[in-house]
Amino acid sequence: MTSLAFSNLSVSYGDSVAVESFTDTVRPGEWLCLIGPNGAGKSSLLRSVAGLVKYDGQITVDGASLDLRSTRRRAELIAHVPQSPALPDDMTAFEYVLLGRNPYVSYFGSETKHDRELVRQILERLDVSEFAKRRLGTLSGGERQRIVIARALAQEAPILLLDEPTSALDIGHQQQALELVDRLRREHGFTVLSAMHDLTLAGLYSDRLALLHHGHCVSSGPADEVLRAETLSEFYGVSVSVHRDPDGTVVVVPRRSAPLA
Amino acid sequence: MTETTRRSWWLPGAGLLLAVAFLFGAMIGPAGPEWWRVPLELLDRLPFVSIDSGVSPLESTVLWEIRMPRVVLAALVGSMLSLAGASYQGVFRNPLVDPYLLGVAAGAGLGATLVIVVNRTATESWPIDPLPLAAFIGGLLAVLLTYLVGAAFGAARVSATLVLAGVAVTSLATAIQTFILQRNSEVVRQVYSWILGRLSTATWSDVRLVLPYVIVSSGVLLAHRRLLDVMRIGDDEAQSLGARVDRIRLTVVVAATLGTSAVVSVSGLIGFVGIMVPHLVRFLAGASYRRLLPLTVMVGATFLIVADVPGRILSDPAETPIGVVTAFLGAPFFIIVLRSRQGALR
Repeated sequence: MTSLAFSNLSVSYGDSVAVESFTDTVRPGEWLCLIGPNGAGKSSLLRSVAGLVKYDGQITVDGASLDLRSTRRRAELIAHVPQSPALPDDMTAFEYVLLGRNPYVSYFGSETKHDRELVRQILERLDVSEFAKRRLGTLSGGERQRIVIARALAQEAPILLLDEPTSALDIGHQQQALELVDRLRREHGFTVLSAMHDLTLAGLYSDRLALLHHGHCVSSGPADEVLRAETLSEFYGVSVSVHRDPDGTVVVVPRRSAPLA
Repeated sequence: MTETTRRSWWLPGAGLLLAVAFLFGAMIGPAGPEWWRVPLELLDRLPFVSIDSGVSPLESTVLWEIRMPRVVLAALVGSMLSLAGASYQGVFRNPLVDPYLLGVAAGAGLGATLVIVVNRTATESWPIDPLPLAAFIGGLLAVLLTYLVGAAFGAARVSATLVLAGVAVTSLATAIQTFILQRNSEVVRQVYSWILGRLSTATWSDVRLVLPYVIVSSGVLLAHRRLLDVMRIGDDEAQSLGARVDRIRLTVVVAATLGTSAVVSVSGLIGFVGIMVPHLVRFLAGASYRRLLPLTVMVGATFLIVADVPGRILSDPAETPIGVVTAFLGAPFFIIVLRSRQGALR
């Protein structure tokens, strides 16, 4: 299992600062979920780990700086599931998942039997073998999400980054996708860093939450510490009531200003 | 038959079609041997084969020195333009891109115009024809300028900036060319006949001139076919999968530009091939670059050999420029492909 640590991480685009001095350590096998209003810096933080934006400060994986890794080596350590992945309509699901093997294929080489076999096993494990030959354009939202997660698994990377993995899904498929990630992380010991908008789901599946606001981490800890009505009202500007179920689940419910009839 | 076995037939099928087109191209044309003697004569040239083809020495010369270089050059030009087009479409993720996108055509046109204006007769004694050379250099310089402009004004990763820079450089080169032509209207006809493309004057030395470039460029492009599939999911995702997107794009653009400039320098500007052939192949065999690129080479060669035939017959004894023929054949055909594709998507 692999740890992921940030020390004084800052990301800026020109003059605007997206993330400022973020310091945290995601323990091996832990699931840290970033929450916060739109524009708080969640995606920028994920993108910095994926090597897609320049940053100041340090990101280390198992104590070794990510800066020193080549693009290819980084892809062996970190799999990124973007918010809205590009899915070419006429690419088959199998071809798409096979792209996840890219870090292991040499520049002019092609995938080996082992790569193809591994992809077949992953599709089987995620129960999507039946769409291996289907074109991505013909898949539903929930099916697509599982195929994208399958591609990330094909990278065999110990760290999984999920950017709004459920934003395009209905409640049933949201649960299905998160259950899948949860199961996989228990089976494989993945370290997970995600960004999510649904606070109840974020608290339910992750081990720890970090609340970002204007690029600063303003609160971090288990769900019942971070998800407080007054904290959320301060940083999201919302009126919510927070309930705690007997099993410890923290439920965030929006409140409407006019009284319910 | 499963989909996989059906797909594995595409390449041999395209190879067969190319062989037929090659033979067809060698058999047709004014003068030369009777058509049915051509296959015999070709077989006779194979090592360890000796057939009395009954072809006279004069006819043999027509076949080997006029028709064959023309067919071979058509195959090289057609495959190179198609492959370069498909590769450009891949790295820019834009199906409307053609091999002339970054200014090769306009640069080559300007180079050719300059040589023609400066007085070609004065160069007749030169050991090599300066026209292809000037076109080649003009094409490369234009793309280099496009790249410098694009890199200066855009972040390196934004390919849209590069495409816009290509548009600007093309306009500039075309404007200069138009200005020069206005001042030297007596050469307009000569320049236009170059611009419209020609395979009629093809010789083995033209073939020898472009062959090394075509081989190197095609080799590099074909070797990138898997990476072009990785690029289909976008720069960021390809990068997060460990692909060095900028390096891949630069390598592919350089290779495609080199190959395109080389063939354009001997054939003139033959339009439509680089955009039509890749689309036709995509329509038939799918968009995966692993299948697309090798098939594009075959189909592109076949297409240009076939497209070169009507030009020899249509306005016999004068030639119809190949660029006119490709557009004439290509445009309606392309519309049919687009129509049926739209139907399939609905």
